[in-house]
Amino acid sequence: MVAQNLRLAIRGLSVVFTRRRGGSVTAVENLSLGVREEEFVSIVGPSGCGKSTLLRIVAGLIRPTSGEVMLDDRPVEGPGADRGMVFQSYTLFPWLTVQGNVEFGLRLRGRPPEERREIAHRYLDLVGLRGTEPAYPKELSGGMQQRVAIARAMANEPAILLMDEPFGALDAQTRSVMQELLLRVWEQTHKTVLFVTHDIDEAILLSDRIYVMTTRPGRIKTEVAVTLPRPREVSVMDTPEFIALRQRVHGLIREETLRVLGLESRDHL
Amino acid sequence: MKRDRPGLLARLSEVLRPHEPISRSAYLAGVGASAVGIFALWAILTYGGLVAPLFLPSPSDIVRAAAALIADGSLAEHTWASVNVIVTGWVLAVLLAVPLGILMGTLKFVEALLEPVVNFVRYLPVSAMIPLLILYIGIGTPQKVAVIFIGTFFQLILLIADVSANVPKDLLDSAYTLGARRSDVFGRVLLPATLPGVMDNLRITMGWAWTYLIVAELVAANRGLGYMILDASRGLFTDRIFVGLFTIGLLGFGFDATFKRLHRLLLPWSPKI
Ligand SMILES: Nc1ncnc2c1ncn2[C@@H]1O[C@H](COP(=O)(O)OP(=O)(O)O)[C@@H](O)[C@H]1O
Ligand SMILES: [Mg+2]
Repeated sequence: MVAQNLRLAIRGLSVVFTRRRGGSVTAVENLSLGVREEEFVSIVGPSGCGKSTLLRIVAGLIRPTSGEVMLDDRPVEGPGADRGMVFQSYTLFPWLTVQGNVEFGLRLRGRPPEERREIAHRYLDLVGLRGTEPAYPKELSGGMQQRVAIARAMANEPAILLMDEPFGALDAQTRSVMQELLLRVWEQTHKTVLFVTHDIDEAILLSDRIYVMTTRPGRIKTEVAVTLPRPREVSVMDTPEFIALRQRVHGLIREETLRVLGLESRDHL
Repeated sequence: MKRDRPGLLARLSEVLRPHEPISRSAYLAGVGASAVGIFALWAILTYGGLVAPLFLPSPSDIVRAAAALIADGSLAEHTWASVNVIVTGWVLAVLLAVPLGILMGTLKFVEALLEPVVNFVRYLPVSAMIPLLILYIGIGTPQKVAVIFIGTFFQLILLIADVSANVPKDLLDSAYTLGARRSDVFGRVLLPATLPGVMDNLRITMGWAWTYLIVAELVAANRGLGYMILDASRGLFTDRIFVGLFTIGLLGFGFDATFKRLHRLLLPWSPKI
């Protein structure tokens, strides 16, 4: 890869939520990270460590208490079509067909109908869902809905795609098929992706780099480079390199989980 | 694949499993049994002389009274008058309550403005406001429409607010990340997202509107099903009272079925169908 420019740069980010009845929670504290152009980066960490909060800040849905978020050297001020997002919950608009959902962003920007149709077809093709255009979301399985959600986010051609545990609500079988699909999609598009998950295998399989977060307040604990060659097959998960990476990331997250439980090391167990 | 016909007891236990679906024929059998049962009880009570006609007229008495009211055109006139009052009052309530309800469920500030007032007014009996209504707008049709309006508006606005407050936040956030601005979110996300719930509540409040009919036609009415019933009760024409009740019941049934049909027709995507 030639592209080495920082697409997304986060520096000294902190988020403090104030509770309604007084008191405050520091969700993210002094966090810094970067995502290069055409890079697939994952964030893993124990639940409640501020992963979703971080992604929502990049999306512009929440304002940070301090720190800066730069996309292509411009500060993020609010939500915008240049940062697409796929959520863990099913967020297709139920009143729109698959086609209407994928066209949603293009319609907002006043693209002409033929162009919208052509782009929608292209991205539905990419996620293997050509032919479902006239269906309503309620007629689709959970996995299909998430594929449409991916196509919908990508149809806007955002500078970065943010994914917050997009397969978290799916069963194990579907999840693994979806991981493979996303791997194929990424290899065809080389989209810049910031991906949140607590599934370690998923993170290793898909990513170029993995950031491991600490427990709340969330900070970057370590950065792990995934040097497995691309294009990758699912069979890569059985290689010694993959297993070594899994053990390393697993150990890092385990340290954090033990800390949440108030157990500094396993001797206390 | 020959099987013995299950006994009655076995079939009964088959249709009485909690939350389990039953066959269409079993459902229709239930509907038929309740209709036949009520009619049989009614026939025994009246033709058997167990209840005086003054309290409960026989089926044939009521058919005769209905025929007379249909023949002289008065039933149609009364029905039309009532439908007019109810639909007008209800439509006005809907036109105001739906947008205000959506805003109230979406914007905390609008909730602060409206909720205390609405929760205060909705506990006031509509009949207690009639003197004021007469003072303000007289005793004509507007006063009757106002009764229906007050009876439905304050309930409907809370129901709609609840529907819009329950639109998932992730749906709005998805729209924002697809490039929607705040003004887009109201028309392109909140409004369509609330439609199934709105449709359900329109149907429910239309039913409530009918229950205010007598109150609406209490004062200075000379037409309407409510008036017809009040008038018949003064002369102890129990059969006509029943004709009025049956007509209201049938109209309510018809409106309900129409709303359900419309829901299926207009919102084929609705998760509720
Ligand atoms: N709107 C909010 N108000 C108050 N606290 C919040 C809010 N959103 C998240 N939090 C808190 O911030 C922490 C991080 O949440 P989140 O980012 O959802 O974690 P993760 O996605 O890693 O599981 C949690 O302790 C959560 O309770
Ligand atoms: Mg989360």
